[in-house]
Amino acid sequence: MTVAVIQFGGSNCDRDSVQALEEIGVEAELVWHEDGLPEDVDGVMLPGGFSYGDYLRAGAMAGRSPIMEEVKTAAEDGTPVLGVCNGAQIGCESSLTPGAFTTNESARFQCEHVYLRVENADTPWTRAYDEGEVIELPIAHGEGRYEIADDRLEELEADDRVLFTYCDADGTVTPEANPNGSKHAVAGITGDRGDHVAVMMPHPERVALADLGHTQGQGVLEGFET
Amino acid sequence: MSLADSDRELVVEELGRDPTPAEEALFENLWSEHCAYRSSRPLLSAFDSEGEQVVLGPGDDAAVVALPSSDDGSEATYITMGIESHNHPSYVDPFDGAATGVGGIVRDTLSMGAYPIALADSLYFGDFDREHSRYLFEGVVEGISHYGNCIGVPTVTGSVAFHDDYEGNPLVNVACIGLLDADRMITAEAQEPGNKLVLVGNATGRDGLGGASFASEDLAEDAETEDRPAVQVGDPYTEKLLIECNEQLLDEDLVESARDLGAAGLGGASSELVAKGGLGATIDLERVHQREPNMNALEILLAESQERMVYEVEPENVDRVAEIADRYDLGCSVIGEVTDGNYVCRFDSEAQRASEESSGEQSEPRDRETVVDAPAEFLGDGAPFNDLPAEEPTQPDRDLPEVALEEAFDTVVGSPNTASKRWVYRQYDHEVQVRTAVRPGDDASLTAIRETGQGLAFSSGADPNWTDAAPYEGARAVALENATNVAAQGATPLAAVNCLNGGNPEKPDVYGGFKGIVDGLADMCSTLDVPVVGGNVSLYNDSATGPIPPTPTLALAGTKEGYDAPPAAFQGEGTLLLVGARALEGDAEPRLGGSEYLAQFGGSDRFPELPSDPAALVETLADVANREETLATHDVSHGGLAVALAEMVTEDAGAAVEIDAPNKGSAAELLFGEQAGRVVIETTAPSEVREAFDGVAPVYDLGDADDSGAMDLTVNGESLTYDAADVADLRSIIERELA
Repeated sequence: MTVAVIQFGGSNCDRDSVQALEEIGVEAELVWHEDGLPEDVDGVMLPGGFSYGDYLRAGAMAGRSPIMEEVKTAAEDGTPVLGVCNGAQIGCESSLTPGAFTTNESARFQCEHVYLRVENADTPWTRAYDEGEVIELPIAHGEGRYEIADDRLEELEADDRVLFTYCDADGTVTPEANPNGSKHAVAGITGDRGDHVAVMMPHPERVALADLGHTQGQGVLEGFET
Repeated sequence: MSLADSDRELVVEELGRDPTPAEEALFENLWSEHCAYRSSRPLLSAFDSEGEQVVLGPGDDAAVVALPSSDDGSEATYITMGIESHNHPSYVDPFDGAATGVGGIVRDTLSMGAYPIALADSLYFGDFDREHSRYLFEGVVEGISHYGNCIGVPTVTGSVAFHDDYEGNPLVNVACIGLLDADRMITAEAQEPGNKLVLVGNATGRDGLGGASFASEDLAEDAETEDRPAVQVGDPYTEKLLIECNEQLLDEDLVESARDLGAAGLGGASSELVAKGGLGATIDLERVHQREPNMNALEILLAESQERMVYEVEPENVDRVAEIADRYDLGCSVIGEVTDGNYVCRFDSEAQRASEESSGEQSEPRDRETVVDAPAEFLGDGAPFNDLPAEEPTQPDRDLPEVALEEAFDTVVGSPNTASKRWVYRQYDHEVQVRTAVRPGDDASLTAIRETGQGLAFSSGADPNWTDAAPYEGARAVALENATNVAAQGATPLAAVNCLNGGNPEKPDVYGGFKGIVDGLADMCSTLDVPVVGGNVSLYNDSATGPIPPTPTLALAGTKEGYDAPPAAFQGEGTLLLVGARALEGDAEPRLGGSEYLAQFGGSDRFPELPSDPAALVETLADVANREETLATHDVSHGGLAVALAEMVTEDAGAAVEIDAPNKGSAAELLFGEQAGRVVIETTAPSEVREAFDGVAPVYDLGDADDSGAMDLTVNGESLTYDAADVADLRSIIERELA
């Protein structure tokens, strides 16, 4: 089991992701985007950062880079793919996942810990949790507001494709607990090719190292342990 | 600004001829106050930069300090420390000025071979009530956020202060810590004649021309429009690529020495690099990769285009360096080589024109014009120092206002200076690199150094009220406060860097105040046995609204075993002790000098006396903070005890505090006096804490923490009650106003 953590120019959570995966016993290697996806990988992680400096739109250029064609092919074949933060923006820009992540309601970058309610515990990324469970993960983004057409979002919700929503400490979804104005407080969703593909704005890899005292993000990364 | 007549005479004498226009511009910039420290160097010998942990002290791009070794025979781990100011650019263009300040200090870290792991920003603005202050504040924070976040270096700590004398000249001081293995260390000292000089990074344009000399004058009233061309524009994406490229160059051991291009651009960096090695260079300026057409020699030499590094590379490694630069989409040009002669720059304007016309095809140089030919050491170190008159500052008489206690509490706790800075640090990515064990908002940050199993505590700041009231005593307090912040996390101070900001040194009272902060900071750091391993001086922070208060930002790092530290919030289960309060002990008079209380209500007083044995206090505090019985620790400083206690209240925990000591001071003096070197400790073993501080510092019993979520405070019979929501409301002014 080796997960390829894709490095674009400007990725900055690439090494963090490798460390977090190794913490839970998943082998991981950094793959520079120009070198292409190795053939024998069993999973792909698109890490956070500012690929191509977020110029044009967050994730727009990386989403159209050649390696993403390979990632999409791997996803078609059932390889688990997780996009986090900038990786989530890349996921949406490359149509691995529906919708878009755009400028926060505050129009500012926000780095803070938030509460998430697990909406569907029956996916590789959430099976470590219970449905309705509240977990605390950090966010760090300026463009994390989830946007999608209303009817499309209703379809996603009906199909149980929302992984997490932003909520308060008690698990109630309120406007105040929604840090960026995401539609229906959506923090993470699964892909069109099945729930082995997912993207989310909060950073599970930042709360996965036991020596920092918080490990609630490990459950998400365990999705690679198929 | 041009080269002063007296300087020009020295240059003519040394060269035996008139300088060329390029030489004249190079001397003007390299001999500016900003680069040559002409007015401050005579004072800086006050700092003690020695210590067994110090690998490389002041004078390079950044200092290098060894982490305490665990004696297991493993390779030593070093940190780099550097600090820099970007004051004038941030006034003219707050976003880009502050952003490029981050970029510069990060490249100073790279040029030692280190990977940047933590940033701290200490920011100073005019009154928060002023619209212009807010414009600068918002722009600066956004610039730091934009740049620091994008390059993936966490901004973990810092400080923000408002004082009306910054109205015409804000301060932006940025510190960076890097991490490296001992065997990776490189310096900015050229090694060997014959090695190539390779320029890697952004293409050179006409941006930031004359930035160093711009930073060495008072800000003119029309600076916002007139000096904009002297401000550089940053590209954090390229900086991130440069960080990764630098890392790979070091992994493959391809670099002999390195220097980042900052003030005075290529001319500054390349001449300083070879001067430090006692060598020279020959540089062909038309080989520099450029982004604008028709640049002349002087522009190529002095432009302060960002995200560029110059490397000394052995000839056989040059191709590999170019390959790696190309992998990261970075420009790369071999611009010349190290020699044992003069620092020589040549320029072939025809080759330049040909290469511009024929898409990069470089013709073989014919007769190049020599535009610079001067001894490198004379360029770097030839500037004479200024011996300026100083007027010693005096402390004011006592003249205290009459204010009702509740009004005083609401005003001081609600002041933007003491308010929550969450609005600021929420915009900084403070968790990238997954090392952040204690986040911003505490006394000091704590960064996990897994390479050695140690926690690195980091604190940065100064208090303009203190050094405005009493430059020498205030600067001593600044040093002690930063050390106390680190010790409150259980860490022992390791080393510090300083950023000394002052007004126009040609004014004797300004220079006297500046001398005061230099001596005060130096004396307390020596007392605490903290080597000051590097720094930055920024003078001429003066404008139509007058000089800034002398501002000695200190960025201090300390280490501890492991990554746990007591929080700065009440836990609700222990006894509350106040350590280090001299007035309450009765061995010093209570004083309000330099306090936020006087800043808000007017009046004056002398600055409070500091603890008599600060070194023992800091050492004992670091020990006590690490005890299992210690539930919380919080430094008492800005805003006094009132603010420290208020900050500790949470929705789940509060305290009942009673101070009955009318013969030791008034309620206002006891609550709002800002004597540094005090700390509130919540402990379940109060007698052991008293014992530990016996003979070190006084310990006063404040009362008990509880689970009320409110603070009941009684001082000399007067009572106040505030719950967590009241305090949060008072402390939210910045967030409320700028949301």
